[in-house]
Amino acid sequence: MKFERYGIGIAKGLALTLKHLFRAPITVQYPDEKLNVSRRTRGNELVWFPDKCTGCGTCTKACLQGNIILVTHRGEENKFIVDKFELDSGRCIFCGLCVESCPYNALAMGVDYECAKYRRGDAVLGKEKLSLSEKHKPSAYYRPQFAAELPEQSLLLYNRKEGGQKLSIFPLSKRKRGPHA
Amino acid sequence: MTLLDQFQLILKSQNWPDWAVYLVPALVGIIIIISVVLTVVIVYIWWERRLISRFQIRLGPNRCGPEGIFQPIATAVKILLKEDIVPEKADKLIHFIAPITVFVPILLIFAVVPFGEGAILADLNVGIVYVIAISSISVIGIFMAAWASGNKYSFISGMRSIAQMVSYEIPVVLSIVGIALVVGSFSMLKIVEAQNIPFILLQPLGFLIFFLGSLAEMNRSPFDLLEADSEIVAGYHIEYSGMKFAMFYLGEYGVALAYAGIITTLFLSGWQGPLLPPVIWFLIKVMMVFSVIVWIRSTLPRFRVDQLTAFAWKFMLPLAVINLVLIAIEVLVIPANLQWTMVLINFGFAAVLILLWSKLFTLGGGRVEV
Repeated sequence: MKFERYGIGIAKGLALTLKHLFRAPITVQYPDEKLNVSRRTRGNELVWFPDKCTGCGTCTKACLQGNIILVTHRGEENKFIVDKFELDSGRCIFCGLCVESCPYNALAMGVDYECAKYRRGDAVLGKEKLSLSEKHKPSAYYRPQFAAELPEQSLLLYNRKEGGQKLSIFPLSKRKRGPHA
Repeated sequence: MTLLDQFQLILKSQNWPDWAVYLVPALVGIIIIISVVLTVVIVYIWWERRLISRFQIRLGPNRCGPEGIFQPIATAVKILLKEDIVPEKADKLIHFIAPITVFVPILLIFAVVPFGEGAILADLNVGIVYVIAISSISVIGIFMAAWASGNKYSFISGMRSIAQMVSYEIPVVLSIVGIALVVGSFSMLKIVEAQNIPFILLQPLGFLIFFLGSLAEMNRSPFDLLEADSEIVAGYHIEYSGMKFAMFYLGEYGVALAYAGIITTLFLSGWQGPLLPPVIWFLIKVMMVFSVIVWIRSTLPRFRVDQLTAFAWKFMLPLAVINLVLIAIEVLVIPANLQWTMVLINFGFAAVLILLWSKLFTLGGGRVEV
């Protein structure tokens, strides 16, 4: 005797939605609350380490877009000195090939994702903008040594590790900010 | 004696002219009812959006005011400011009249909904019959809108609406007759006063039939075939915008409020309840009924057209007839002071009948698809 035909299926469905009523919502109210992205994200704006870079130009050859402009001159002890290291983040497809190809770990992907600009010119990043800073951090993509500094990825605002899903029906508008915010 | 009659007596004792004695209380009553209805409808819109989002583990609107309470007002302002577009090939006059034809009958229903003891605009002795008669008119408005838009999707929606209303009117009326048999009157006030035991306990099968039927009458999910967004875009109001669309939108929630009020009156013992004042009890029960409607909307998918009509004619209509015969026999046989035995008998019969009829009820040449 299949009970699904006697309205039990409907009752099961109703019970499921009723259970949802007492769960914390999974909505992330984005500009106020942010989740942590993956530590291996290929985020915007690469990070360039000038002291490690030898100016060999492997990254410019690996770039599918031909997007990296590298100008060098010969300095002391026959070493290259980088005059210009420039890429247009508007043309970059963030494939990560330049990072993978770099033999001296002088390039890394960034973790930022809010890098919209008002003018096209601002999207062209030179030496200063690409180098490491407080706001401008490298991701662990192909560079596992940076992973320890980055926060762990979060998929829910309320996950079970951080105190479980809370029963909260009404005062939701003024929720606590997420771990990344 | 209703509050309206008392008001008239007071005016008469103050030596007001006869026409004023008749007119002033009626106008005051109408204004009060309309403002209460529109306020509750706005609360309804907010409550539905919040509640359904909680059922779907979302947050719902929470930006506009505390907990998003001003969102429906913002929506209303947005809709009213929009341009009123009439299609070139539309039947202009009918396109204009249709929203009014939908909205006015819904307001008329509230004339006989008792909000409290004596708080009723017109205590008709055929109250519930009046409700059935009036609520059928808005179907014509929907069909007018559908036809006058000159749009194939809206026309499909109009045809569906007619089929749906014609099918579901009959079981709904039959389940109301069961109540009238027990009470011995069609008056809404008498029906409430007769409910020492709420009729949801006394007639569980009748309640189920009336509830499902009224879901279909108010075009609510899972019977929202005529506005099926995924199939026919928005149904009958596809070519409407601005104020005219607002009429449909208000009408949709107004009819939900009206039917929630009627269900409360007929089956949940209306304004009766301990401690709190009657009006508060009435509103609490109405909100509960509406919340169940939202719950069902958030859970069940839409019916197919053939399933819809088959469910009305093959399942609800026979059950409604059997229920009516059962109630008639019980009213004759069981004395009035033994109503609790009637409750037990009716629950037993409801369970057996629903099981039996689910067994018999099949679609598509005996294939099990329900």
